[in-house]
Amino acid sequence: MQYHRPTSFNEAAALANQATGETRFLAGGTDVLVQLRADIVTPDTLIDIKSIPGVGDISQAPDGSWTIGIAVPGAEMREHVQLGQDWPGLVEAMDLIGSTQVQGRATLVGNLCNGSPAADSVPAMVAAGVELSVTGPTGNRRIAAVDVPVAPGRTSLAKGEVVSAVHVPARGTNAGDAYLRFIPRTEMDIAVVGCAVNLSLDTEGTVTAARVALGAVAPTVLLVEDAANALIGSSLDDKALDRLASAASAACNPISDKRGTVEFRTHVAGVLAKRTAKIAYARAQGENT
Amino acid sequence: MKKIHVTTTVNDDNVEFLCDPRETLLDVLRDRLNLTGAKEGCGTGDCGACSVTVDGRLVCSCLVLGAEAEGKKIATVEGIAKGEELHPLQHKFIEYAALQCGICTPGILVAAKSLLEKNPDPTETEVRYWLAGNLCRCTGYDKIIRAVMDTAADMREAS
Repeated sequence: MQYHRPTSFNEAAALANQATGETRFLAGGTDVLVQLRADIVTPDTLIDIKSIPGVGDISQAPDGSWTIGIAVPGAEMREHVQLGQDWPGLVEAMDLIGSTQVQGRATLVGNLCNGSPAADSVPAMVAAGVELSVTGPTGNRRIAAVDVPVAPGRTSLAKGEVVSAVHVPARGTNAGDAYLRFIPRTEMDIAVVGCAVNLSLDTEGTVTAARVALGAVAPTVLLVEDAANALIGSSLDDKALDRLASAASAACNPISDKRGTVEFRTHVAGVLAKRTAKIAYARAQGENT
Repeated sequence: MKKIHVTTTVNDDNVEFLCDPRETLLDVLRDRLNLTGAKEGCGTGDCGACSVTVDGRLVCSCLVLGAEAEGKKIATVEGIAKGEELHPLQHKFIEYAALQCGICTPGILVAAKSLLEKNPDPTETEVRYWLAGNLCRCTGYDKIIRAVMDTAADMREAS
């Protein structure tokens, strides 16, 4: 195995483009190194992208939008007070992944590109409208987080392409997000269902924009437009919440496995969507939940 | 296979080593630097027995490559005591008999020290969540949690 430590994304992309055999990018390594040690994936080329300037930074632009470096671990996001105030749902989703030790290394982009349908941070990224900068052999492009996973363990990134930054939109006023997952214990488990909701309200408390994303109920994380439409125009009354739950359950296309059956996942998706929407709504109204 | 030359700092000592690209930091600490305090339990980041800090951040050394240690500051359980003088956590673990077989203990000491540096006054819930990635199959955790809570109280009083 060749180990490379490029100092720019162009160099990283060129290395990946020229490489033959299995290639992996290494940031936090909490998936890649587990797969390497278990001989599930045996990379011929490992490209450590942590020596590229800026990859460990969290910064806010004057317009309020955020850029998160691709090597920022969950623990750094958790400790960033202002990011947590703007995007509590995104931060809490990332924070649910693994132990304190895993939080010291695990990254948003790693969680996204590992391609697990149950990845906790991905519904939160999708609901938040996160976009990624991608550097490739022929230049840069920008892609929505929802368009990255295409199947379990597979992404839409081409050979030689590497995610080079995470862009989180400006929070805006009267807006909030939240993430909940169902697991049969309190900590350190994989989502049976995950749900992220991101809402904007007008000054009367009517929902003007909504994004609802579900995890672990389909081969990829879902952005559920019908669920968002159930909320838009409402002030989160019981009827709107029931329509939300029905739309969320209707969007599910899960598998049955040891964590939960098709029926259970489909039902829980609706229940979680309601609970998550209530938290996002309270946050959008300025409550500190 | 071509070996990688790494220059790093372990417990404030400058250290150089050669390692295979696939070798983990845990392998390097144990097999090349003879620092056998960090233990391999699972090798997949689940058990925490290999806990160390890298630039002050708690991690599993089995999920870090040796090559990644270049230019970093590594701290292991061997650096917790000052010579013969034990750290308050170590005293308290002995007092409470917060260990049986001892395999998990170095990782738990490193993790608990890291917690108390960030949060000198944790609740029991905070201690339990912080240490959720450190598995102990002997004690049932109660003595460990009480030892950490009592150490925190003593250290707050002393400071």
